[in-house]
Amino acid sequence: MSEKKKELIYKSTELRLPWPGAGCPGCGHGLVGKAIMETLEEMGIGDRVIAVGGIGCHSMAIMMTKMDRTIGAHGTAPATATAIKQALFDDVIVFTVQGDGDCAAIGAGYLVNAAARGERITVFMLNNANYGTTGGQMAPTTLMGQVTPTTPTGRDAKRFGYPLHVPEMLATIKGVAYSARSAVNSPANFQRTKRYVKAALQKQIDDVGFTFVEILDPCPINWHMEPVDALKWMEEKQIAEYPLGEFKNVDRID
Amino acid sequence: MEERVLIHGYEAVGRGALNAGCLHFFGYPITPQNEITEFFARELPERGGRFVQSESESAVGAMLFGASAAGVRTMTSTASPGWGLMQEMLSHISFCELPVVIVNCQRGGPGQGTTRHAQTDYLSATRGGGQGGYKSIVLAPASVQECHDLTQLAFYLADKYNILTIVLCDGILIQIAEPVELRTIDFGPLPEKDWALKGAGKKGGRTDIIHSTRGLLGTYPQILEAMHKKYQQITDSEVRYETHQADDAELVLVGYGYVARCCEGAVSMARAEGLKVGFIRPITLWPFPYEIIKEKASQGCRFLVVEDSMGQMIEDVKLGAEGKAEIHFLGLLARHQGGELGMLFPERIFEEVKKLL
Repeated sequence: MSEKKKELIYKSTELRLPWPGAGCPGCGHGLVGKAIMETLEEMGIGDRVIAVGGIGCHSMAIMMTKMDRTIGAHGTAPATATAIKQALFDDVIVFTVQGDGDCAAIGAGYLVNAAARGERITVFMLNNANYGTTGGQMAPTTLMGQVTPTTPTGRDAKRFGYPLHVPEMLATIKGVAYSARSAVNSPANFQRTKRYVKAALQKQIDDVGFTFVEILDPCPINWHMEPVDALKWMEEKQIAEYPLGEFKNVDRID
Repeated sequence: MEERVLIHGYEAVGRGALNAGCLHFFGYPITPQNEITEFFARELPERGGRFVQSESESAVGAMLFGASAAGVRTMTSTASPGWGLMQEMLSHISFCELPVVIVNCQRGGPGQGTTRHAQTDYLSATRGGGQGGYKSIVLAPASVQECHDLTQLAFYLADKYNILTIVLCDGILIQIAEPVELRTIDFGPLPEKDWALKGAGKKGGRTDIIHSTRGLLGTYPQILEAMHKKYQQITDSEVRYETHQADDAELVLVGYGYVARCCEGAVSMARAEGLKVGFIRPITLWPFPYEIIKEKASQGCRFLVVEDSMGQMIEDVKLGAEGKAEIHFLGLLARHQGGELGMLFPERIFEEVKKLL
């Protein structure tokens, strides 16, 4: 039998530790981590970054990397990132990876004020429309009508209010240089995510202002869906509520 | 050459921190310590440091966490309601064993309490105020000079043990002015902060993680064991206190902070009348000087604990005395006037002493 030479065409990024993935079947967090880490590698800045994780499944993506990194309390990552950047000045690139509950509920005050101060940090917010780690409860990003353990008859406006559109809100703040939303539901949107991640980090490096990217990703286990159906739900429901695109992109703030 | 100047307690805290090389201050306005925050806002930029006015004391805690993780000396100053708000992050800082210095200029509590002086945060400072059970070194200055010196010591101890260190001040001490010798105190060598986050490129490619989720990785009991060994080491070697006329005393006053100064006055009055009254002043509230309390109790001394609260440190005096001494208390209700402005004056303490002897 002739031996076929095998060519390596796909591998994990260098910045990822060779640990097994920790996500549930069909979880999108691994893809988001991959998009961030591949971008860091392509930009050649992996050894200049300090990552700050929130509290939730997403922080596994931070733990499993070959980067200087820290995880503190729920919601506080923008304040912690602020201080790391203020302490080390231009020598480092500081970003956070946070969930939607972490970032937009318990951490909303930290997020908005870091943005208002124009801190030179980047926040990546993963929107999977629920509190994944604790069992899928309602998050600020949960869609209208969406059933969760804390909205057992579906999210209704009278009792639970409305979905929060974070990048659109941040785009109204002067200290923000870049604010965008992408998704990882398709190869095309994965590439879009990498483009936005790169744009945000580059604006931090260029010292323009605060930068933010929301990334929609699937949580099939808590949505009670098959992974493929979850991608379809993202396309039909989640992206319909949360349009993808750049909401603010400026090269200088006067 | 040492510089001797007349300054307020708040400036002494600030000068002490600058002399300790602290260039990163994160603060939030709160009475009665605003002068400290304003001092750093003024002084740090011209020294190449960073001052950030945060959105809340919760955020201050998260900022202290970040700056300390990045390896720089960092601090904040606050007063009681702000101290309360910080507790969440102080627990994370403690679990991650990060060196941080906090000056708490106590005001009356609980709740918003008053905006003036008091000593009502003793228990929350000495027992680990946040969730989960941890210890912080707590230093209690009793003069403007000590505001300066103990702030410096706080940075040294924080770095020596990688621990949260609190300077438990009060609204009186930071608002009074006294002559102070400004000096940089050499406490000895400290280990390199080779664990700090600086980006892998700055560390020959090595990466580190500082995370409050480390208890999830399978070694939770071992982490607690190591932390508590460290606490024992601190208890064994860092107790600090001062005694005054205590050798032949039948009654020993115990007080800290501004109240200690008033106790000293009361001791002088008592001695002038031939009463055998002495004084113990804990300088470290944690670790508390239990041994000297125990020693005096076993000699048959009685105690009068004086605190500008309804009684908090008295619990530690009782622990030290081990049931072997009579322990009396004079507290906030003995202030010279009602409202929030009253103070515990030496005359009132002396009056209590006379009742007991």
